[in-house]
Amino acid sequence: MKFKLFRAPDGSQGGGSAPEAPVISTPVVTHGAGPVGPTKISARDVSVFYGDKQALYDVSLEIPDKTVTALIGPSGCGKSTFLRTMNRMNDTISHCRVTGRIEMDGEDINAKSVDPVLLRARVGMVFQKPNPFPKTIYENVAYGPRIHGLASSKGELDDIVQISLKRAGLWEEVSDRLHSPGTGLSGGQQQRLVIARAIAVEPEVILMDEPCSALDPIATAKIEELIDELRERYCIVIVTHSMAQAARVSQRTAFFHLGRLVETGPTEEIFTNPRERRTLDYITGRFG
Amino acid sequence: MTDAAANSPRIDRLRAGLKKRYAREKRFRAYGLLAIAIAVGFLVLLLGRIVEQGHTAFYAHTVTVPVYMDPARIDRGYPQGTNFEQLVAEQQLARMGVQDDAAGTKATAMRGLFSSELKYLAADRVARQPGLIGQTVTIAAPASDDADLFFKGKVSRDTPADQRRLSDQQIQWLDQMKADGHVSAHFNSGLFTRGDSTEPELAGVLGAVIGSALMLLVTALIAIPLGVGAALYLEEFAPKGKLTDLIEVNINNLAAVPSIIYGLLGLALFINWMHLPRASPLVGGLVLALMALPTIIIATRSSLKAVPPSIREAALAMGASKTQTVFQHTLPLAMPGVMTGAIISMAHALGETAPLLLIGMVSFVPGLPHSLVEPTGALPSLVYIWENASERAFHERTAAAILVLLAFMIVMNAAAILLRRRFERRW
Amino acid sequence: MTWLFLPILIAAAVAAFLGGRALARRRSEGQRAHSRPGQHGAYALIWTAVPALIVLIAASVFSPQVERQLMASGAPEAVQQLEHFRREAFYADARAVGAGHQTAQIWPAPYAELLPAEGQRAHRISLMLSLGGIVAAALAALLGALFVFSQIRPGMRARNRVEGWIVGALFACSAVAVLTTIGIVASLVYDSIRFFHSVPITEFLFGTQWSPQTAIRADQIGSSGAFGALPLFTGTFLIMLIAMCVAAPVGLFSAIYLSEYAGPVFRATVKPVLEILAGVPTVVYGFFAALTVGPALRTFFNTIGSWMVGGPLDGLGQYLMLVQNQMALVAGGVMGIMLIPFVSSLSDDIINAVPQSLRDGSYAMGATKSETVKRVLLPAALPGVSGAMLLAMSRAIGETMIVTMAAGLAAKLTLNPLETVTTVTVQIVTLLTGDQEFDSPKTLAAFGLGLTLFLVTLLLNIVAQRIVQTYRQQYD
Repeated sequence: MKFKLFRAPDGSQGGGSAPEAPVISTPVVTHGAGPVGPTKISARDVSVFYGDKQALYDVSLEIPDKTVTALIGPSGCGKSTFLRTMNRMNDTISHCRVTGRIEMDGEDINAKSVDPVLLRARVGMVFQKPNPFPKTIYENVAYGPRIHGLASSKGELDDIVQISLKRAGLWEEVSDRLHSPGTGLSGGQQQRLVIARAIAVEPEVILMDEPCSALDPIATAKIEELIDELRERYCIVIVTHSMAQAARVSQRTAFFHLGRLVETGPTEEIFTNPRERRTLDYITGRFG
Repeated sequence: MTDAAANSPRIDRLRAGLKKRYAREKRFRAYGLLAIAIAVGFLVLLLGRIVEQGHTAFYAHTVTVPVYMDPARIDRGYPQGTNFEQLVAEQQLARMGVQDDAAGTKATAMRGLFSSELKYLAADRVARQPGLIGQTVTIAAPASDDADLFFKGKVSRDTPADQRRLSDQQIQWLDQMKADGHVSAHFNSGLFTRGDSTEPELAGVLGAVIGSALMLLVTALIAIPLGVGAALYLEEFAPKGKLTDLIEVNINNLAAVPSIIYGLLGLALFINWMHLPRASPLVGGLVLALMALPTIIIATRSSLKAVPPSIREAALAMGASKTQTVFQHTLPLAMPGVMTGAIISMAHALGETAPLLLIGMVSFVPGLPHSLVEPTGALPSLVYIWENASERAFHERTAAAILVLLAFMIVMNAAAILLRRRFERRW
Repeated sequence: MTWLFLPILIAAAVAAFLGGRALARRRSEGQRAHSRPGQHGAYALIWTAVPALIVLIAASVFSPQVERQLMASGAPEAVQQLEHFRREAFYADARAVGAGHQTAQIWPAPYAELLPAEGQRAHRISLMLSLGGIVAAALAALLGALFVFSQIRPGMRARNRVEGWIVGALFACSAVAVLTTIGIVASLVYDSIRFFHSVPITEFLFGTQWSPQTAIRADQIGSSGAFGALPLFTGTFLIMLIAMCVAAPVGLFSAIYLSEYAGPVFRATVKPVLEILAGVPTVVYGFFAALTVGPALRTFFNTIGSWMVGGPLDGLGQYLMLVQNQMALVAGGVMGIMLIPFVSSLSDDIINAVPQSLRDGSYAMGATKSETVKRVLLPAALPGVSGAMLLAMSRAIGETMIVTMAAGLAAKLTLNPLETVTTVTVQIVTLLTGDQEFDSPKTLAAFGLGLTLFLVTLLLNIVAQRIVQTYRQQYD
């Protein structure tokens, strides 16, 4: 099966009509402490292949809404690969193949009728290295609303930019230099700018791929604080190398090892009382 | 589900713009494909046109004529002095039953259908076998350029007679010869075995090929050692500093100097100042060497850069001197890349024309070159000279010369590619 | 002539190597020498060959100058009084006579009689100079050899000295590149200054009349010949502009398609095709322009013109019917085709230098490919792409064969692509490939044009390379 990145919408199903997809009742994740929402994304038997090499083996995972889910595990364990399946970023790699089923709000995101462009407007992503576009701060945040046509007037766009920057906790620092280049900000500021850029299109899910690995501890603390605030509005999935970070920001944790999902559960449980031996070894630092 | 519901107007809004966005996407992609189609299309058109115009030059027509070696007309001691063309023309007229006028205009017209090579062919036969005099000999007489073009279908009968180079009568004669089955086409070997000539049917590319080869020899002997040496110095020995930077900037700029400027340099330096012979392969080779130098330096440096420092360190740690390290380890490892770059720049030099024009390679040079210091032609300048020639028969030969030039370039580039494939090493 | 000495020199160098090696072996018997005998031999070879080679090169470079001086100093009165260009031509013919060749022109009464004697004198002078060069070279080799053989002893650091020479030789190789530049500048400037003596530089740069043919006679240098190069500059600019109109969009779009859309197989097929297009010699493009594109476009415009004649656009129709093969559009268009692969490969490199993280960032926002290209990649690559365009412009300005074969000779001050214009390079070729002697103002004008061309392209190249370099460093 080969994915084409951008499929033109079928002539048969016009702009407004909802895609046909089997609606499966979404189980509410109940176990564990903390305010955990209903399931937002549900993955069943997801495998990913790069050419002949299999990177991910039959991962099944429920990701609740309004929650921070941390994906942890040693490098090369497939956590980033799994993250990228959730907004179909793997489509951009030509020899990459995904099997299994990933549902968002009960809808198969790999279905033919789902447009990756639309999906990515609903599932935002923040990368390891801050990657602001070589444009002004304002233009960076306005990028999403502009391409998706979300603002009908300049005023509306200004509001979106302001709100997004405020939510990303960057407004105070940049309000007086919105039109200076985004690449001129510090690393931590750049990462918050990229988060503001992601939330400017009002996504439902934000995927974060080791968002703090390139930052210093102070900047990291700010981002973690921000993630905690954003949890109220969004479903957040974060890949992290740092177990301390997973423990600090997430309510639920999934541990990956060698391309398989080993264990998942409330963060507290995983860190205090893991069921699997391998999880225990990893969090106690015996490997990784 | 509540979220999805709350979001739905937003999603609708997103979806509303999609159709337009995808239309734009499709259009943009089509522009890209169109651009490539234009580029590839032009290449096909270019090569197609040249093959179309040039393929006819690879064959030529002869007319088989019986020649009565009239003892009254041929000087036994000096057969070369005989006007065989006139002889053949008169006999041909007689066979066709045409009565010539007093001025002999018809014989002249008939003579115009045969190449002047006929004279040499006949004289050669007689000189080798004097016994043939008084007998009738069959000779395959090469058609003149105009007659040859006519047999190739490149002369339209519909053209008014005063606008074509063959008269109605000549065309009628040619038709008759063809109908009699005397005309045959054969491979035009002369194209590859002769030098330039003012008569198209006698003109060949060999002189230019040899001239180009001599020139490239000079270029290679000068540019490759100098270029490799300069690259070695800059990459391995040069102290980092202002002077090295200056040399680097200078080389980058030299690589982009228009080729005609090198022609001016060659004219001023080698011809006007050093009084080296004009239009000679020596001067041509020197100019092309100066032109190829920056390219070779750049190619050599990049392949030296690709040799990992660990190799150098290993040799140095064994107690080899810097020079020994470079010449025994670094350079041999970089050699495939160096040779590839050198061959490609030689292929480029082969096709370069403008500087050759300025050092005098625009004039007609008959025959084959013998030395590095005599005026000669070169393949690209031959293309230029033939393209400017007024005879129409030179057009197809120009295209043929281009095909020969391209063939050499393709061979050289293929050699470079093979070399790269064969010896390419990834560290 | 002097170079006949070369085989002897090579033999001497080989002998020096063998002798030096043997001598080093003998002198270091029983001791521990610093360097190996072969290295001593190489050192001996260097000292024998290099001084002699330097003498030989110097002799062949400077002997023409000396020869000229000697010829001039001993020349008869009649020749002395000749005007400069004629005098040079006379000397050239005297040399030809001396070497047993034909003269280039027929000389009138007093000079024709002087030629044989002057020819003999020229022959004597050149023989003397050659012999002098050979003797000097032989002397240099001998002295070098004597010096080196006195040096050979076990303690001598022959290896280090040889290596010093090698590095010196390598430095000399890279100095050739600098010398080339100096040579270009010197020859262009020297002859241009001579040209600007007869034609004021302002007239050259801003004059609107270009007809060098009228100044063909030596006694009317610059006085009636018109050397206003402005029409050449506009012609060059016009053709460059047309070429860029073809090459810039087509090259850029194919680069975008190849780097962002094409699959590996497509890329692997199309890239070599573009490389072939880049490898085709310009004389071939010239042939294509002159014999295919020119006639085709002319027929096209003439046909359109014939439809218009008699209609409301009668004037335009009349004009189109008279359009010539050599219109600027033909040379410019074909030059544009030639530049497509150049622009495309440079742009391809530059677009590929934009980090993948920016593409990922854009795709993750839900942008389509074209949106990513238009709003992220191109703005990010803009400086690099503009540098590439400047390089392409410099190429177009300096391109010679296409315009020589497909553009006209008439210097017209126009920006109409259907008119016949001429360019700087065409005029350089035309001025220098005629049958006139060197050193006439006509040929000097070519150097003035060459200098202008060199300066403009140099400026474009330097600016472009700066831009591209800064751009690359940004993403390194």
